[in-house]
Amino acid sequence: MDTTFAQRRRRDLIVAFCLAVVAALVPLFVKDVYVQNIMVLTLMYAALSQSWNILSGYCGQISLGHALYFGLGAYATALLFTKFGVLPWFGMLAGGVISAVIAMVLGYPFFRLRGHYFVIATIVIAEIGLLLIQNWDWAGAALGITIPMRGDSWLKFQFARSKLPYFYFALALACVAWFVTWWLEDSKWGYWWRAVKDNPDAAESLGVVVFNSKMGAAAVSAFLVAVGGGFYAQFVSYIDPESVMGFQFSLLMALPAVVGGIGTLWGPMLGAVILIPLTELTRSFIGGSGRGVDLIVYGSLIVAISLARPQGLVGLFASRKEAAR
Amino acid sequence: MTAEAIIQSLASGLLMGLLYGLIAVGLALIFGLMDVVNFAHGEFLMIAMYATFFLFAFFAIDPLLAAPLVAAALFVFGAVVYLLIVRFAVRAKANAGMVQIFSTFGLAIVMRGLAQFFFTPDYRSVTHSWLGGKTISVAGIYLPEPQLVGALVSIAAFVALYFFINRTDFGRALEATREDAGAVALVGIDKNRVFALGWGLGAALVGLAGAIMASFFYIYPDVGASFALIAYVTVALGGFGSVFGAFAGGIIVGLVEATTALILPPSLKSVGIYAVYLLVVFIRPRGLFGSM
Repeated sequence: MDTTFAQRRRRDLIVAFCLAVVAALVPLFVKDVYVQNIMVLTLMYAALSQSWNILSGYCGQISLGHALYFGLGAYATALLFTKFGVLPWFGMLAGGVISAVIAMVLGYPFFRLRGHYFVIATIVIAEIGLLLIQNWDWAGAALGITIPMRGDSWLKFQFARSKLPYFYFALALACVAWFVTWWLEDSKWGYWWRAVKDNPDAAESLGVVVFNSKMGAAAVSAFLVAVGGGFYAQFVSYIDPESVMGFQFSLLMALPAVVGGIGTLWGPMLGAVILIPLTELTRSFIGGSGRGVDLIVYGSLIVAISLARPQGLVGLFASRKEAAR
Repeated sequence: MTAEAIIQSLASGLLMGLLYGLIAVGLALIFGLMDVVNFAHGEFLMIAMYATFFLFAFFAIDPLLAAPLVAAALFVFGAVVYLLIVRFAVRAKANAGMVQIFSTFGLAIVMRGLAQFFFTPDYRSVTHSWLGGKTISVAGIYLPEPQLVGALVSIAAFVALYFFINRTDFGRALEATREDAGAVALVGIDKNRVFALGWGLGAALVGLAGAIMASFFYIYPDVGASFALIAYVTVALGGFGSVFGAFAGGIIVGLVEATTALILPPSLKSVGIYAVYLLVVFIRPRGLFGSM
């Protein structure tokens, strides 16, 4: 690419670094636990959505079943810790590897499907996973698993009172997901994915190994989402099948990218920063009685943005020249 | 397990399958017409069930009598959804596929929120109806009357739909538009009008299904979600857009569900349906009757 592209990439990296530093300083001034909780969730969803975006945004394979990988990560971490005493750090890594392998095994038949057949297959496989875990007694079945608190410790990655360690981990995860996307954007894979998204047949004829590039995107995406799932298990210290593998997670992962801009570097971050605090705030201020106001606000926003700005909000921040790219 | 028990559960599965077909056919019709999957289909079913419930609760109208009223109301609702949302979603220049999916998903979330807000998350049911709780015995097999009547309504609806599509002007306009939406404009057919009526018809069909379901299912804001997934599987099994594929797909889903419930614990009965979906699309990536 020409120099402007290289310049833009360098600028993105500098902006990201500055944002990360500023984000890291925020908890020094914001001590409110409720606000810190929202910040942790925002960063987690930013990371998840960024990872989802690799497969669904860049490579164009719309998955509405990523809750499967999130749940696998959460369960791998929680089960390894409670049953075998494996530290969550290794648990998260194991969950990531298991998910990446499963994503590739599933990808083998799935990536032959196109359009809605693929989307529905992803929903269906996550639903099968959910039903199996709900009926798996050793893993706590529908009741789930409580992760026992053994006192604050970085080694066991659990903290009873402070949210700060979780905040910094979520920030690190969001940075890693962002950086991986940034790095892949200008790699051979990045170009392949965009070619596959735009026109798989043309890409194939030009020598792009379409199948392998979809598999690569699926593996990277699943790995990162599963690590996020492991983190979530530690953060809430109690998981049950519906709360980590339910369909709503697949949707919640996709929506920040949709709102911010699908297949863009900054879209998922921007979307998460807008959506997650909005959801949490409407939930606690208007929807506290479980009356569904949060859903109405949330859903209307999705409809409005997908109709009015199908390319996402991120374009509003770009210069006109870049928007035309 | 006796032979009677197997026949009994297959018969129930068949009845349920015919209803699944009726739930799904509106989805197939709309997809065939304009390549759009309505991800708020389950919520259409949900409001139809609530409408039936309220007609029963406030006016003591039996679900069987309410069915045509609910179908008519859903017809209007479907056409309005097309005119207000879908019409704009299909025009999107960027991320067309995403926009379709997420605009209708957003609508689904709003509808669920509204249902929670106005109807509360409580479970409702039509406590007594003409058919509720009654069974009929045919050659030693017990069939619940609401499901039996539902299955008959479903068959009648498919027959009516067949004649409608093949014998009426609007049906022909529908067929012509699905084949080439650009060319129909040249012969003076207003594409938008056909699409709006198509959405109305699709919604009316799921409205009919909802009215029948209301007499034997609990009604709550999230009730659509599980049926929606079954409807997507049904439609995809039949081949997207194939109206009569939805009929066959529904029967297959009903029978597979009943068979799975015989073999696995009842809580796993949906696994069979999902597994069959995956198996079918792996072998035939366009569904059983899909031709695109």
